[in-house]
Amino acid sequence: MRVGLFVTCLVDLMRPGIGFAALELLEHAGCEVVVPATQTCCGQPGYNSGERDSAHALALKVLEEFERCDYVVAPSGSCAGMIRTHYPDLFRGEPVLLARIERLCAKTYELSDFLARVARIETVPGTYAGTVTYHDSCSGLRELGVKSQPRELLAKVPGLVLKEMRANETCCGFGGTFAVKMGDISSRMADDKCANIDASGADAVVLGDLGCMLNIEGRLRKRGNTRTRVLHVAEVLAGKVEA
Amino acid sequence: MQVHSIHFKSRARAAIADAGLQRGLAKVDGFAARRAVVVREFGDFETLRAEGAAVRDRSLANLDAWLERFEAEAARRGAAVLYAETGDEVAQLVIDICARHALKKAIKSKSMLSEEAQLNAALAAACVQPVETDLGEYVCQLAEEPPSHIIAPIIHKTKEDVAALFERKHARPRLAEAEALTREAREVLREHFLSADCGISGGNFLIAETGSVALVTNEGNGRMVTTMPRVHIAITGIEKVVPTLEDLCTLMRLLPRSATGQTISNYVSVLTGPRGAADLDGPEHMYVILVDNGRTGLVGSDMQEMLRCIRCGACMNHCPVYQTIGGHAYGWVYPGPMGAVLTPMLTGLENAIDLPQASTFCGACAEVCPVKIALPDLLRKLRERQVERALRPGYEMIALRAWAWLAQRPKLYAAASAFGVRALRAIGNAEGMIGAIPFGSGWTRGRYLPAPKSGRTFRALYARRKKPLGGARG
Ligand code: SF4
Repeated sequence: MRVGLFVTCLVDLMRPGIGFAALELLEHAGCEVVVPATQTCCGQPGYNSGERDSAHALALKVLEEFERCDYVVAPSGSCAGMIRTHYPDLFRGEPVLLARIERLCAKTYELSDFLARVARIETVPGTYAGTVTYHDSCSGLRELGVKSQPRELLAKVPGLVLKEMRANETCCGFGGTFAVKMGDISSRMADDKCANIDASGADAVVLGDLGCMLNIEGRLRKRGNTRTRVLHVAEVLAGKVEA
Repeated sequence: MQVHSIHFKSRARAAIADAGLQRGLAKVDGFAARRAVVVREFGDFETLRAEGAAVRDRSLANLDAWLERFEAEAARRGAAVLYAETGDEVAQLVIDICARHALKKAIKSKSMLSEEAQLNAALAAACVQPVETDLGEYVCQLAEEPPSHIIAPIIHKTKEDVAALFERKHARPRLAEAEALTREAREVLREHFLSADCGISGGNFLIAETGSVALVTNEGNGRMVTTMPRVHIAITGIEKVVPTLEDLCTLMRLLPRSATGQTISNYVSVLTGPRGAADLDGPEHMYVILVDNGRTGLVGSDMQEMLRCIRCGACMNHCPVYQTIGGHAYGWVYPGPMGAVLTPMLTGLENAIDLPQASTFCGACAEVCPVKIALPDLLRKLRERQVERALRPGYEMIALRAWAWLAQRPKLYAAASAFGVRALRAIGNAEGMIGAIPFGSGWTRGRYLPAPKSGRTFRALYARRKKPLGGARG
């Protein structure tokens, strides 16, 4: 199967290693991976800020870049959720485009969801010596039902022990532009998340969305925690955890 | 109530710094935990939620017809139904009723509409003494503070706060335990129950087929308020009508479970008309004031589903933003996600420009709302209206549009991002953390921004790879 990798703008800019880890995992699953070179952003910042026009334009761009793939996979529940659950809203009243968009939605997946439910991989390349705790990012959890998938996959990583933290489904406070517009509330929410991560005693917090990663890591370090690693689930599964 | 929502951010900051408030807010978790238990015990709560939403939609689809039916049935049973378009009109109607029957003291059970109408101040000005009898509302009245939660008005207060307040206001020795404090409040309130000639309540639901007002309470004060005084006035929003008693049953299976995690509240009253010839108790006169106060503006609009709300509070109990800042920061009667939608809708978008932004869209509220209101989607629609009406700061719009413009031009985007990544990496400290960025103080005040790990973008690194890893390169 031909899988289009939607790298996401944050991975492209901030953590290219996660993109390569995702690529490797998809190839490990036997997929033929294409990475459309013109891809940029799914349009979520505009959509969630009330700028429908720009979101519409970027959704069309994603459609044209990816609709020829059998599947579209993103290492982000937030971007996959944007495509899958919100794109149709942008094309109401445009039946021809809407039909194409709906076909795109049906084949768009968050990475761990795809690996566990569609590709059904038996093994993963990575190993990890230590304990991790998993933060359920909101869009993946509530828009796409990503809950057991990453845990099933992490269970296949030799050496890895999962220790759940308290309130693992509570938002970390990122919320896209919310983190800047409502910075004080956002930091305080991140603080509560960090306290739960600390209390879990895990060596690393693993999650599936870069926005939450940056938020949690930024707050952990500001709190003086230099010990707990903040890792994307793709890095752990692929065994590409940078030292 | 005055609308203070324009000061949301500064009030939120103060709330975060208020240690007592933060301790009080920890109690919200208890509601959520109890809800989870009873929902699990119930079994198929999802189907029930769908039924609840359908009941409310059926009411709203023919709101005028159901209200007419309610009015006719209530009148047939001797209750007078009055309409108020604004909060001021509510206050005027109540004052007129008090004047007509020469009423001097009004005992009140919980009513958010009374807050919308600032009724207590208006009554006091008209020489009618208002006395809140719901324990939480009573504390609010003594403290001269508005409620901070729609079902737990003093969630922001600790037991110690209440003890200190009672000591001061009741001029009695200070008590320590919640039970003793409650007993003291009861003793003080008993006098008022016995001497009041007017009872003012809210109304959780209106039943069209019988002309009844349904009241859901836990303290029993609602019973006293609606039966002991000579005159009972129920005040509620026009959207609260449901067609049948059976519909009420559906909603009653949802409301206490969603609100407090109870399978049923301690009291459920269905009040139908004033005291009849054969009745042993009840008021001589019953009035029902149905309030619009902006609600018809939602009817038939793309925001109509907000009117399904049954005021259970589950959305705020599960909202991490509410849990962080409490209810007062929202600046009007209704806090949390439902308040963030209702306040701009009922008081004007321009008076509450930050409320639609006060959400991470985490979706926890929509997941628990008993009538399946898609609160994040409604907040997003409000954000769209803010953009249409140019109610967001100019720099924010410029930044968003610049990003979208760039993202539609892949070559330019690649060049700009290659530069941006290098620049960001350069300003990171030895640990790869950035302490300040232009226009990003909202982020960096409370945390670092982790710098890019590589000085290059994925796109650049991928293009440089000798052997494409399987398949075409787009
Ligand atoms: S919006 Fe839903 S969850 Fe919130 S108070 Fe209303 S009915 Fe309850």
